[in-house]
Amino acid sequence: MKENRITERLFNGLIKENPTFVLTLGMCPTLAVTTSAMNGLGMGLTTMVVLALSNLIISLLRKFIPNRVRIPAFIVIVASFVTMVQLLLQAYLPSLNSALGVYIPLIVVNCIILGRAESYAYHNPPLPSLFDGIGMGLGFSVALTLIGAVREILGAGEIFGFHIMPKGYTNINIFVLAPGAFFVLAVLTAVQNYIKKKAAAKGRDVSKVGSGCSEDCLNCGDTGCSRRFYDADGSTENPNLGNNLKQADTETGKPEQADAERADTETGKPEQTDAEQAGTETEAGEEGLKDE
Amino acid sequence: MADTNTNEISYKVSSNPHVRSKATTGSIMFFVIIALIPATGFGIYNFGFRAVLVIIAAVVPAVLTELLFNIVMKKKQTVFDLSAVVTGLLLALNMPVSIPLWMPALGSVFAILVVKMLFGGIGQNFMNPALAARCFLLISFPAAMTDFTTDVYTGATPLAALKAGEAVDVSSMIIGRTAGTIGETSLIAIVIGACFLIFMGVIDLKIPGCYILSFTVFIAVFGGRGVDPAYLAAQLAGGGLMLGAFFMATDYVTRPITKWGQIIYGIFLGVMTGIFRVFGPSAEGVSYAIIIGNLIVPLIEKITKPVPFGYRRADFKKQKGGK
Repeated sequence: MKENRITERLFNGLIKENPTFVLTLGMCPTLAVTTSAMNGLGMGLTTMVVLALSNLIISLLRKFIPNRVRIPAFIVIVASFVTMVQLLLQAYLPSLNSALGVYIPLIVVNCIILGRAESYAYHNPPLPSLFDGIGMGLGFSVALTLIGAVREILGAGEIFGFHIMPKGYTNINIFVLAPGAFFVLAVLTAVQNYIKKKAAAKGRDVSKVGSGCSEDCLNCGDTGCSRRFYDADGSTENPNLGNNLKQADTETGKPEQADAERADTETGKPEQTDAEQAGTETEAGEEGLKDE
Repeated sequence: MADTNTNEISYKVSSNPHVRSKATTGSIMFFVIIALIPATGFGIYNFGFRAVLVIIAAVVPAVLTELLFNIVMKKKQTVFDLSAVVTGLLLALNMPVSIPLWMPALGSVFAILVVKMLFGGIGQNFMNPALAARCFLLISFPAAMTDFTTDVYTGATPLAALKAGEAVDVSSMIIGRTAGTIGETSLIAIVIGACFLIFMGVIDLKIPGCYILSFTVFIAVFGGRGVDPAYLAAQLAGGGLMLGAFFMATDYVTRPITKWGQIIYGIFLGVMTGIFRVFGPSAEGVSYAIIIGNLIVPLIEKITKPVPFGYRRADFKKQKGGK
């Protein structure tokens, strides 16, 4: 799949870089509010709204925000959206608002939001950033709902408030308490790793994309990888590299620099970003969008 | 060997250690099981045939879980070292006799699967599996786990009575004719088993001694009754203190290995148990004290790491810092 395409961003957030199961970001709300499926879903969707909108605004403002003060700028933007969302929740969903409690204002410092702003929205055009936020938010919502559902079924015999377990079932209280969150999160993460491993064995590689890739090509056994910079012996350049090197016209043949630049676009190390770089990325991104 | 016949000297080259003990995990666990027989037997005598069912319901799932886990994960079969039997037995001895039988089974599966096997099997578990499972059940099913009424005993456990300020009969507590979990009631039976373990060299007195001593001092200071022999004896004989001190705090995997570490660990357990019993809402606190103690074992070992022979302490620290 091509970079920056909308469906790719959604797929990335939901499966490849699922913020909970793969990136293990935002653990504080994940462990704290998922006592029921409803709370998980509410927290996930609230975060998704804030994430998508703040990604969009940060992406629009990315050329005006000075590099040095970008984190405070991000926080101001995120905090504005959190305030709006919290006022809306207080007005229309007061029960959810009281169930989530302090974790709504804490969305401001949610590391998924700051992480996506820093690593994606700050370096990419608005539309992909918006969908990156939606994809990540959906991934977060699905994960939280799953964790909440398992905990609610085992700990209270219910799902979304409906009693589903047979009469003789005794609730295992520990699952609605804090330790249960760790058990369920660990087991679900193991299950999704198992599924992805199986899928990878079948040839559908879902692990090597985005931050799933360590970018350590020298020590990576995946010789068929299209982003590979070196062969296994560390000497020869990979002929497949045409695409990656084309971006850096002047630096053709210097894979180290291309590597650094690639790291830039993907993990967003801001100290290496310069105006020219941002320019090429925007072009690439808009081309990507035109392809849609 | 063929060489010895021809009168030649044969050298066998091998790496250290050159002197080995004959003790294996299996033999040590076997001794522990033998040492638990008095307490188990007294529990069955005290609470009737249902105690046997609870013990079976805890031991069998524990063994089966380890067996199946090793088969499914294609690991070396470790079930024959008997440690799963010990875990199941200790869990059963920590339960009231009236518990629904699926609860010990669930606890055993949790102990072996989550606490032991998922962390790498025997030797790798970071806390005592039996106690972790007991706490798991205690949090999940507080009512069933603290219901000590049986056909014979209708009152509270001696510790609960003590906490409520009532008088208790210390002599019946020492013999064990009281309410409580299956294995904890009889001081005599536990001490007989502990003496056997000490005699066989499986455990020594450092951890249990420090534990019991520091607990006694803590109760004497903060218990509110001063040095009152009857009260102290009731606190020592009641609840799971003796069972925990001799059989669970001394678990090889989850105790510190250094001499001073074991002493610190014992004192820590005594103080924690005292805090739970005196200031906590419930009458008992041995299980929580020991698993919290298990968690700080790496820290204790770090500060009590011995200096290698030939080094001075300051030099050794400097060298480590320089790395």
